[in-house]
Amino acid sequence: MEETAIKYKGETQASKQEVVVDIEHLSKSFGSKEVLKDISLKIKRGENVVVLGKSGEGKSVTIQCIVGLLTPDSGTVKVFGEEVAEMSNEELKELRTKVGFLFQSGALYDSMTVRENMEFPLTRVLKMKDQAEIDKRVEEVLDAVGLLEAIDKMPSDLSGGMRKRAGLARTMIVRPEIMLYDEPTTGLDPITSREISELILQVQKKYKTTSIIITHDMDCAKITADRVVIMDDGEYIAEGSFDELKNSKDKLVRSFFNEAA
Amino acid sequence: MAEQAIPGYKRWLEGIGEQGVFFSQFFRNIFKGGFEWSEFVRQCYEIGYKSFMLVGLTSFIMGLVLILQLRPSMVDMGAESMLPKTLAVSFIREMGPVITAIICAGKIASSIGAELGSMKVTEQIDAMEVSGANPTQYLVVTRILAVTLMVPILTLMGDVIGLFGGFLALNFTDEISFKLYFNKCIASLEFIDFLPAFVKTFFFGFAIGFVGCYKGFHSDKGTESVGLAANSAVVTASLWIFVIDAIAVQITSLLYYR
Repeated sequence: MEETAIKYKGETQASKQEVVVDIEHLSKSFGSKEVLKDISLKIKRGENVVVLGKSGEGKSVTIQCIVGLLTPDSGTVKVFGEEVAEMSNEELKELRTKVGFLFQSGALYDSMTVRENMEFPLTRVLKMKDQAEIDKRVEEVLDAVGLLEAIDKMPSDLSGGMRKRAGLARTMIVRPEIMLYDEPTTGLDPITSREISELILQVQKKYKTTSIIITHDMDCAKITADRVVIMDDGEYIAEGSFDELKNSKDKLVRSFFNEAA
Repeated sequence: MAEQAIPGYKRWLEGIGEQGVFFSQFFRNIFKGGFEWSEFVRQCYEIGYKSFMLVGLTSFIMGLVLILQLRPSMVDMGAESMLPKTLAVSFIREMGPVITAIICAGKIASSIGAELGSMKVTEQIDAMEVSGANPTQYLVVTRILAVTLMVPILTLMGDVIGLFGGFLALNFTDEISFKLYFNKCIASLEFIDFLPAFVKTFFFGFAIGFVGCYKGFHSDKGTESVGLAANSAVVTASLWIFVIDAIAVQITSLLYYR
């Protein structure tokens, strides 16, 4: 983000808001491959930030560091002001109830029905016991993603788009404050991709979450982003609104938008 | 040569360390609150009930075949009447537990390895972890404890069915009543024949469950690794069964048959 960096247009106003995710000088390598090279990013409460980049560039590694699935080689990742790498197991567990993670595949538990998938975090994480309350919450969240009719189906009976919706519902059911989406539209047809992107936006409005969306889908970025960060070769090379970046004079930044066009 | 040997040695030590950590996580989670009883019962059903036919059939055939193989030699020695005793002692002490454990290693360790490996590949274990749930408590503790409990029960049933197979084989050639046969079997057994053999089946069960879970949990992220996890679970669990058996026999011999 040196010469090509574009300032976020709401920077002055947004800077007054609480920073919920603060990444500073984060680096991560796997063997000899350096996938994240000294990246820094601040996410403010209520923002929808899209991280755009080519596949295999390490975009997902950033959000895996946010939930403590991976430990940074250097740099810090702070969520709600607390450094993730220094958290105890109990603190990490507590953090994970506030940060939802939607996996690329949906990651539904395939030995359970959709209903059981929804109930799992309620009974295991929130320790809810009242079955009537559990049923109400399951039905409400499935209704929000339009999957109420599939409540007793097994994940293997669902289409790709339905699996993503169910995965989103399972993540949202604990009402997290931050949502991390790992390639939410990958492997879907354009119509279903658009539906999922619009659903992300609806869910964000309904539950008032902060979102980080990792994607290489330009339509998804256009629909969901308040702010876009472009990643190339392990570095964040540009940052701004979708339209600002689309009209950027930088060749590399423009190439992302031209490829999609 | 020395340079090549070091990474292999390091990897081996890392593996031992990982298994130690995995064991301590398993052990700590047994006593943590919120034991997953419903999943434990489901695993007992999956592991125990669904393995019963296979263990029963194998034990039956082994009992039958052992008698058919032993009979000519025993007849030559004029020790035909010793056939029930020979079968009972060999089956209860050694054949029953080891055959049951090997069958379970093939069926259960591979299925646990493949199931958890596939959950790992499809990010279900990661999803469980990032949701704040405890995958070790839900997936590992329940499976290891269920196998540790079900293998001894399957062995007991396998022992009885194996002896019954021996009775049928003996009845093909010699006339012996069901009551006399089982009286001879039971009279030939002492408590010391039964106890160490029964105790070691708990260790067999633990080894099968632990290896299956460890291999599945630590499989790489790729479809090929699911097959590798299942395969490696069977091979390692089978090997551990023989190692545990050798140690158990040594301890039993030292304590009781000096």
